[in-house]
Order: sequence, then structure tokens, then C-alpha cells
Amino acid sequence: MPDLLAARSQMAMSLAFHIIFAVVGIGMPVLMVVAEARWLHTGEGVYLDLAKRWATGSAILFAVGAVSGTVLSFELGLLWPGFMAFAGPLVGMPFSLEGFAFFTEAIFLGVYLHGWDRVRPRAHMAAGVLVAVSGAMSAVFVVIANAWMNTPRGFTLVDGHPTRIDPIAAMMTPAALPQTLHMVLAAYAATGFAVAGVHAFLILRGRDNVFHRRALGIALLVAAPAAILQPFSGDLSARYVAQWQPVKLAAMEGQFRSQRGAPLRVGGWPDRDARTTRHAIEIPHGLSLLAFHDPNAEVRGLDAFPEDQWPPLRPVHVAFQVMVAIGSFLALVSLAAVWLTLRRRDIASRRWMLAAIALGGPMGFLAVEAGWTVTEVGRQPWIIYGVTRTADAVTPMPGLVVPFLGFTLLYLLLSVIVVWLLARQFGQSPESSDAAPPAVSLATEMP
Amino acid sequence: MIGTPLLPLILAGLMLVALIGYVVLAGADFGGGVWDLLASGPRRDAQRALIAEAIAPVWEANHVWLVVVVVILFSSFPRVYSEIATMLHVPLSLMLAGIVLRGSAFVFRAYGGDQRASRLRWGRLFAISSVVTPVLLGVSVGAIASGELASPAAIASGGGGAPRGGSFAALFIFPWLRLFPLGVGLLALATFAMLAAVYLTLETDDAVLREDFRRRALMAGAAHAVVAALVLIIARSEAPAMWLRFWSRPASLAVLAAGVLAGAGVLGALVTRRWVWARFAAAAEAALIVFGWALAQYPEMLPGRLTIAAAAAPDATLRLILGVLAAGTVVLLPSLLYLFRVFKGERQQGARPDVAH
Ligand code: HDD
Ligand code: HEM
Ligand code: HEM
Repeated sequence: MPDLLAARSQMAMSLAFHIIFAVVGIGMPVLMVVAEARWLHTGEGVYLDLAKRWATGSAILFAVGAVSGTVLSFELGLLWPGFMAFAGPLVGMPFSLEGFAFFTEAIFLGVYLHGWDRVRPRAHMAAGVLVAVSGAMSAVFVVIANAWMNTPRGFTLVDGHPTRIDPIAAMMTPAALPQTLHMVLAAYAATGFAVAGVHAFLILRGRDNVFHRRALGIALLVAAPAAILQPFSGDLSARYVAQWQPVKLAAMEGQFRSQRGAPLRVGGWPDRDARTTRHAIEIPHGLSLLAFHDPNAEVRGLDAFPEDQWPPLRPVHVAFQVMVAIGSFLALVSLAAVWLTLRRRDIASRRWMLAAIALGGPMGFLAVEAGWTVTEVGRQPWIIYGVTRTADAVTPMPGLVVPFLGFTLLYLLLSVIVVWLLARQFGQSPESSDAAPPAVSLATEMP
Repeated sequence: MIGTPLLPLILAGLMLVALIGYVVLAGADFGGGVWDLLASGPRRDAQRALIAEAIAPVWEANHVWLVVVVVILFSSFPRVYSEIATMLHVPLSLMLAGIVLRGSAFVFRAYGGDQRASRLRWGRLFAISSVVTPVLLGVSVGAIASGELASPAAIASGGGGAPRGGSFAALFIFPWLRLFPLGVGLLALATFAMLAAVYLTLETDDAVLREDFRRRALMAGAAHAVVAALVLIIARSEAPAMWLRFWSRPASLAVLAAGVLAGAGVLGALVTRRWVWARFAAAAEAALIVFGWALAQYPEMLPGRLTIAAAAAPDATLRLILGVLAAGTVVLLPSLLYLFRVFKGERQQGARPDVAH
């Protein structure tokens, strides 16, 4: 395996692993806090059970998130020293802000997980709120650093070296707002649907009790608004990509020719040699309309760029289709939940609804991985878009296949163990036999 | 506005403070793993339980100090970061694997169910990686201090194939697989073990258990003193530039004297069973070692290759990072104090009776 490929694979694998735990670290604290707030408000013990259950379940995930994140902060230099020497002074600002977000998150997580008997209930819940806020902040800051890689700003290139460094301008880069918004919403949608999916599945399997119903309600309350907003936020992302990374847009859409009134392609399989995307359903003028809000806008196709600047086409196109398909599905399910709530119907007594939610369980995480594939693979061959090529930033150390295989093995092992431990915990859910399980709607769990 | 020559120095200083934070706090968490591995006698399980209970609420927060060190390093001294990461790829990768295994094994043991066999298995993994990781951290520091790291410029760029400027081993293995770095690795291990044992004497009401850790603290303290002396001696031939600078500066001699004093303080406090004194003396001892290293290197950051001033990022960056660190500290300090007050203060009273759950 060539060193560059090994380095890219190791980076991709480490990030794809970390993002799962990071997303849980952003989303779960919100669920726990809502449950705890409901407990303080109603005094119903089931809510306290829930908050504690979720806290225990997440403790493992938080820890793996912290250690895998630490690996990443070294890996940036271990694999891409050239990139970091260039980018460090520019993106150091969001990274140091992120460092403090990690600190507050870890500190109050300690209080939250281990302080049930040591601090007063309100202080305990406040700790949970701080964990939730700093989790979201750490996502915002690290994604700002990534946004800079997509739309680098805040420096002038002189002989390949950045001068006149302006870290504030680097933070205010055009990709920052769309990407951070989309990421934070993604975290709530993915975590919310994952939790809702587990509990919907257990209810379907006959474990219908107050515990699972309350859990389902709270998880949906967090997931649904985020999932409904996500297509709008995705539209914002697509428009910034269209403006600032046109070749990535062309790859996402499989748009080979530059044209006015470009169609939107659903599905399809890009064929680089034939310069066409086969088997796609084309919606006329759709792409021009979505990307530029003008049905006749000109969309630059791949032909407008030298071929050595094209990203890998199939992964980017397919990943984008997967994300959008999942985004549409989750938004529809969420709209159905809103509709049932407005009509005062019980979500948990409709099997089709439970089945749809259970199906949505793993989908949010799938969409997160697909979305990051679009962003990162779609940026290739650049590590800093238009400035530095990935191939020029890789470490000169040979034999990179060894650390790649080593860390892959390590993470595979951890994944297996984590899944096994979590599955055991689900198996042990309390079977609190309740005479009258409450109806589930988004309104019942509003704090 | 702060002038140019001072800014890099301030940031280097703050990085040192963060590193000391990591050593004094997270170091003890590693040391806890050492005593988990060496737990013995009739109170073996009680010892392990005490260690786990002491570490659990704080280790993730303690761990962030390392992240802060790395972040200051790559934003403010990017060349140093990229050179260290290139030339020490092997020990740093191994250290990361150790960090991952230790953290994961610790939570797997805590949340992996109650079967004794599986708890023992995770505990063993946690303990072994707690021993290996500090050694690798110390080895990396020792390799930097010895000034033996080659310049990445000596390697053909682009990766792949045999690098110019020497074999793989000559460039990426031998600079750290030497007596001095290994000595520093052992020093890190002994210091962390001492810190943990000393801190643990304050974590229990059980006098017998406390005596267990008092004995361990004395042993680790002795080991620490021996290794520290040995490292100082081998530095003469193995890290000569640093050695010369160290002995020629009154400041480093003062640090050495203070270090000896702190060591004696640990010993005295343990002998007379003044636990709180022992805790502060041990922390001071560890901090002084790190400080002494920095002083011996000053003004170089990568000995023989880059000074603090030469490695620094542009002022615009340094100023902002300084601002972030200042603002962050305002949030961080009260939070940290709160954390330690909740879990490390008023411990004798146990759970507060006035709290529902
Ligand atoms: C729950 C997860 C999720 C869902 C349902 C969606 N996305 Fe997404 N998407 C992400 C999770 C995500 C992500 C993983 O979080 C990414 C990667 C980088 C980023 O900022 O967000 C992303 C990136 C991303 C990008 C690339 C941005 C870039 O390259 O910088 C675009 C254009 C979209 N998304 C568009 C959409 C559209 C039109 C959706 C419509 C339904 C959609 N996303 C649903
Ligand atoms: C190159 C990319 C990244 C680096 C260097 C990085 C670094 C880190 C580090 C060092 C930690 C550990 C903090 C601790 O010790 O508590 C961490 C955790 C975390 N990261 Fe990342 N990260 C990266 C990507 C991301 C992304 C894309 C997200 C956002 C969505 C994210 C969100 C988080 C969150 C929320 C945590 C806390 C995890 C938890 O406690 O479960 N990170 N990351
Ligand atoms: C956590 C969510 C993320 C995921 C799943 C992800 C995924 C990926 C993937 C798949 C690649 C390989 C692309 C290729 O070479 O074809 C990659 C590369 C990379 N990513 Fe990300 N990424 C994430 C976030 C980030 C963030 C927040 C940063 C930086 C701040 C970052 C920095 C990099 C770097 C430096 C590379 C290597 C250079 C390159 O291939 O362009 N990533 N990532």
C-alpha cells in the first residue's frame, strides 16, 4: 500500500471512528438533561431511572470519544506535518477554543456521571446542561477548523508560505456557518433517532412499558426538530459548496458538462471514461434551482476543471445520494410525529410508526458518515482547497501501512467490545410492569 | 500591547504550565494503574477499588491537559510540532495506542458487568497500559531533550521508498531507543507511581489501606530519587549540551536544590504521616522536574535545531492564542476547583445526607 494511501486511510478511519462517539457526546447530554428536568418537574421516578440509564450507557462512549479524539490531535501532525506547519497558526484559534470546551465538558461530565450522591439535584442538572453546551461548542470549533480547509481564508500566499496571517478571518470563512449548523443538527438528529430507534424496537418486540415510552418521547423530542431542519441546513451547505467548491458540487451531482438549467440527479452511477452519470432519475432544472435558487443558473460541470483536480467521483456521488435519501426519510418520519402530536394521537400505538422509527435508528449515523465522506473525499486532491495538495502534506516517514493496520485493528476491537457491552445493557432494561403505559407524543415530554 | 520577544516566551511558559498540569494530575492517574498492577496482599481488591474510585470522576478532565499542550504547540510553535510528530512518529503512535487502551479498559472494567473474570481481564489491560504509556511519554521527552532528532529535511519528501540521510532505524528508531530517553521514561514512571501512592493516602478513611499506600509511596519515592540521579549522571555523556547548560546556570541549580528539598519533604511528611504535606511536596517535586528540564533546554525548544523565538508563529496568532488562554482560564479554574471540591474535598463525611440521591 503506498504511503499516501495508507495515511489517508488511517485519517479517514480514525475520524470515522471518532465521529460516532463525538456525535453521542453532543446528543446524549441533551437527552439526559431533558429526562432529569422532567424528573425534577414531575417527580416521576421513571425519569430519574432514564437519566441514570442513559448516563451509564453513555459513560463508555464518552471515554472512547475522549481517547480517540486525543489520537486525532496527534495524528494531524503524525500524518500531515506539512499541513499542520502551514495551518497551525491559522486554525490554532478554533482548536484552542475547542480545548477549553473539552475541559468544561470533561469536568462537568465527571460531576454528572459520578456526582449523583454528591451534589444537589439542581446543581447536578446544571452540570448536565454545561456538558451539553460544551459538547456542542466543541463540535462548532473543530468544524470551523475543517471549514477553513474547505474555504481557506486569512492569509496571503508568498512563495507557497502563508504571510499576513489573520486567524479571525480564518475563522469567519464562508464554510463555517453552514458546516457548523449542519453538524450540530446532525448530532441531535442522529443521537435522537438512534435512541428512539432502540426503544421503538423494544416496544415493537412487546416490551411495552412506561420506561420505553418515556424514553421514546424524549428522544423524538430532540430528534424531530433537528431532522426537520436538516434539509434546509443541507440546502445552505449545498449553496456554499456550489459557490466556493464548484468541482465538489459537480462530483456530488455527477454533473460532467457545464450547462444552464442543470437537472437534479437522483441515484445514478458516474462513469468517468464515458463522461456521464448512468441510471439516474433526472429532475429538469432541479440542480440549478437548488444550488443557485434560479432554474436557469449555469452549473459548472467537471469539464470546467482539469481532470487532475477531480475528486474520486463514485464515493462522493453515492455518499451524497445516501445522505439526502436518509435526510428525506428522517424528515418525513419526524413530520409524521408532529402530525400525530397535533392530532393528539399516540405515536407508540401505531406499529408502522414504530417500525419507521426503528428503521431510522441507525440511519442518522449512516448519514453523518456519508456527509463527511462528501466533504472530505470531495475536497480531494486538496488537503487545503486550492492551496495544498494532500500528497504534498503527508509525512515523509515510510511504512505508514503499519500504523494504519495497527490502529484499524485496535479500533475494530474496541468497536466490537463497545457494541457488545451496549447490547448487554439494552438487554437489562427494567421491565417496570406498568398498568397503563402513557401515550407518546412530542408534546407529553416538553419540559 | 505585548512586545514581540516576550510573546513566544509567554506562550512557551503557558505550554509548560499545561504540561506540568498534565504530569501532576494525569500522571497520578497513570500511577494509579501501576499500583493496580502491583496490588498485593489480603487487601488487594480493596486497593484496586480505591484506585478506581479515586480516578473515575477526574481522569477525563485531567487528560485534557495533554490536549491543551498539543494545541498550544501546533498553533504557536507549528514547526516544532510537525518536526516532533515526524521524527518521533513511532514512540508517539505507541503512546497513543497506550492512551486508547488504558482509557477504554478503565471504562470497560467499570461498566462491563460484575463478573470477576472479566473485571480482572480489563483491569490487567488497564494496569499494563498505565505502565507502558508514561514510559513512552518520557522516552519522547528524553529524545527531544537529548538533541538527537534528525531534521525532517534529511528525509526525501513525498514518502515511500528508503529515505535519504540514513536507514529507517537510524532516523526513526535509534534517536529515542537510547539510554537517556529510556532513563527519562523510567523517571516518568517512577514519578507518576510516587504521585499516585502519595495522593491515595488521602483518598481513604481506612487506616490499614492508607498504610499500604504509605509503604508504596516510600518505595516509589526511593525509586524515583535513584532514577532521577541516574538520569542526571547519564545526561553528561548522552545529552551533553543540555548537561553543560544545566550545570552552568544558577537558576537550574536552584531548581535542583528545590527538587531535592521537595523530595526530602515527601519523605519527611510520609514518615511523620502528614498526608496533606506529602501531597503538596510530591506535586512540587514532579513540577520541578519538568521545570528543570525546560530550564536546561532554554532558549531552545528543539535542542540543536530550533529556539523558542525562531519556532514561534506570527504575532497575530500568538496574541489571539494568549487571549483565548486567558479567557479560557477564567472559565476553567473555577470549574476545576469545583470538580476537585466535589470529589476530593470533605471526603471524610462521605455522601452528603441532605441530598436526595
Ligand atoms: C444526520 C445527519 C445528516 C443528514 C440527515 C443530512 N446531512 Fe448533510 N452532512 C452531514 C450530516 C447530515 C454531516 C456529516 O454532518 C456533514 C459533513 C460535514 C458537515 O458539515 O456536515 C454533511 C455535509 C453535507 C454537505 C457538504 C458540505 C461540505 O462539503 O462542506 C452537503 C451539501 C449536505 N450535507 C447536504 C445535505 C442535504 C441537502 C440533506 C438533505 C436532506 C442533508 N445534507 C442531510
Ligand atoms: C480532526 C479532527 C478532530 C480532532 C483533532 C478532535 C479532537 C478531540 C479530542 C482531543 C477530544 C478529547 C477531549 C477530551 O479529552 O475530553 C475529542 C472529543 C470530542 N470531539 Fe473531537 N476531534 C476531531 C473531530 C471532531 C468532530 C468533527 C467533532 C464534531 C462533531 C468532534 C466533537 C467532539 C466531541 C463532542 C468530543 C467529546 C467526546 C465525548 O466526550 O464523547 N470532534 N475530540
Ligand atoms: C469527524 C468527522 C470527520 C470525518 C468522518 C472525516 C473523514 C475524512 C475522510 C474520509 C478523509 C479521507 C479523504 C481522502 O483522502 O479521500 C479525511 C481526511 C482528512 N480530514 Fe477529515 N473528516 C472529519 C472531520 C475532520 C476535521 C474536523 C478535520 C480538521 C480539523 C479533518 C481533517 C482532515 C485531514 C487533515 C485529512 C487528511 C487530508 C485529506 O485527505 O484531505 N477532518 N477525513
